[in-house]
Amino acid sequence: MKVQSAQSKKKRRRLTGDDFILHAMALPGFLALLIFSYIPMFGLIMAFQNMDFSKGIFGSPLIGLKNFEFLFRTQDAWRITRNTVCYNVAFIVVNMFLAILLALLLSEMYSKFLAKTVQTIFIMPYFLSATVVSIIVFAFLSPTNGFVNKMLVQYFGWAPRHNWYSNISIWPGLFVLINAWKGVGYSAIVYLASISGISQEYYEAAMLDGASKFQQARFITIPHLRAMATILLIMNVGSIFRSDFGLFYSVTQNSGRLYPVSDVIDTYIYRALTTLNNTGMATAAGLYQSVVGCIMVILSNKVVTMIEPDNALF
Amino acid sequence: MAVRVEKSTWRNRFNSVSPGWNAVISIAMIIIAILTIAPVVLVFIISFSTSYSIAQKGYSYFPIELSIEAYKLLFKGGSQIVDSYICTIFYTVAGTVMSLFVMSMYAFVLSQKSFHAKKFYTYFIFFTMLFSGGLVPSYILNVRYLRLYDTIWIFLLPSLISAYNVIILRTFINSSIPDALFDAARIDGASNFRIYVQIVLPLFKAGLATIGLFQVVGRWNNWFTGMLYIENPKLIPLQTMLQSIQRNIEFIKQNSELMNSREGQELLASMPTESTQMAILVVSVLPILFAYPFFQRYFIHGLTIGSVKG
Repeated sequence: MKVQSAQSKKKRRRLTGDDFILHAMALPGFLALLIFSYIPMFGLIMAFQNMDFSKGIFGSPLIGLKNFEFLFRTQDAWRITRNTVCYNVAFIVVNMFLAILLALLLSEMYSKFLAKTVQTIFIMPYFLSATVVSIIVFAFLSPTNGFVNKMLVQYFGWAPRHNWYSNISIWPGLFVLINAWKGVGYSAIVYLASISGISQEYYEAAMLDGASKFQQARFITIPHLRAMATILLIMNVGSIFRSDFGLFYSVTQNSGRLYPVSDVIDTYIYRALTTLNNTGMATAAGLYQSVVGCIMVILSNKVVTMIEPDNALF
Repeated sequence: MAVRVEKSTWRNRFNSVSPGWNAVISIAMIIIAILTIAPVVLVFIISFSTSYSIAQKGYSYFPIELSIEAYKLLFKGGSQIVDSYICTIFYTVAGTVMSLFVMSMYAFVLSQKSFHAKKFYTYFIFFTMLFSGGLVPSYILNVRYLRLYDTIWIFLLPSLISAYNVIILRTFINSSIPDALFDAARIDGASNFRIYVQIVLPLFKAGLATIGLFQVVGRWNNWFTGMLYIENPKLIPLQTMLQSIQRNIEFIKQNSELMNSREGQELLASMPTESTQMAILVVSVLPILFAYPFFQRYFIHGLTIGSVKG
């Protein structure tokens, strides 16, 4: 009995002093979240308003779903959604395939030194900013001085008549290529780390059974990677409505001719905000993106919970 | 072959590919590595090309003549470059330090299992991973109500806390510091803040390093914030400046009327030449390129931890 009361006394004392400190420690983060993440959520009301800046948010009239009507009635909504989703799917699939292939090959090399050196080079593009990438691409595709054009003239005697930045057909492939250049090296190393974690006994047993290298890869390595790949994949699904803004805006030099293949939801919102000054529609598009994104994250989390409960977000 | 000295790794002994395949794979990897690095090399070479060479041959791996004129121009007349460089360093370092401080404290709070408000704080930050207001409301908030337009704070405040990073930090704390340690410290009478400083911070240096490095790279490469919110040339970060130079040169060149007019020519003459632009790019990219090989393992670790919730 004595012990119990002593313990409960301790508990009550800690409750006030120490917990206060925890609250104080959480306070800066809490405030930052409140101001920069939660308050903008209330700003979404602008999606339903006809914004008049002289009246501010609280004075502008509500116009219901008109902004959304306008947004979806045009071809734009379909186009940007299609672009965003298709590119994301292509990026995920291509990158995963290439990264796993690369990891497999790297793991079989004799020279570890060479493998490590090559790895380091592979991940270099990951650290380049979108601006840098856009200038690199420009060095190749520039209509005046670009490497590609100069090479074409020199070796094939043929000067392209059109500016690459107006030529729609090359860009979907180009986006996939650039995205792969940036991302595959990095993912490959993660898969490589996974591969080195696979117990050697599997391989020894397989080899004793007479399995070839291909069979070993197919029946041991890849199934082990599949778990990690699935998790990564499903987590990427949550952000399927978001894009790498730098890739689609900077690298294309924001060329208007390319919009049919380069306009994604994020670039659309940006332009609606800065060029067209249509806050209502830009916010409506943003709300659309957030809501669908939210649904995607919840759905993908449900799927992860069914497959690998430990890896679920919540 | 008389005696072959083999390396004594398990690979060569047992289950390795044949030497023939190894050669094929190795060569293929080398070729891919060269292709990966080739675009960047082109830009480096352009930065060392003379304007004459560019005018005659365009962008080439083998310019007519090399020179460091672009770099000389940079360091001579380039107070803008120096300004931007200093700004960028400040934004990167200050932003990372502030952010790490705020996030690690929050992560610590989240990791204390016996804290009664833990659930509240956890849900509070989790929800921001699900849903956000988007670009427009944030822009209006930052510009109209918080008056952050054209200030240094726009680089430091909105990016203070990121749910994803906090979760990773919390995972680090939970997996590297056993609960018993916390309890022991509490019994000894340590306050929570003291626990944070003397136990958590030293023990999860790896976590701080990982998130810190991601932050440094992200902030250094950030061109968007500057483009959206900054007008004052003294506050423009490197990448934004690079972006606007690129835009201006492009704009003038594509606008052929402007090109042929006298004003256009004058304007073009006052802009940095192509080789100078590439020199700026080289100078802005070098720090990261030099540093990242040494910190590779932190980045890899970060990605693996991030995808496996602890």
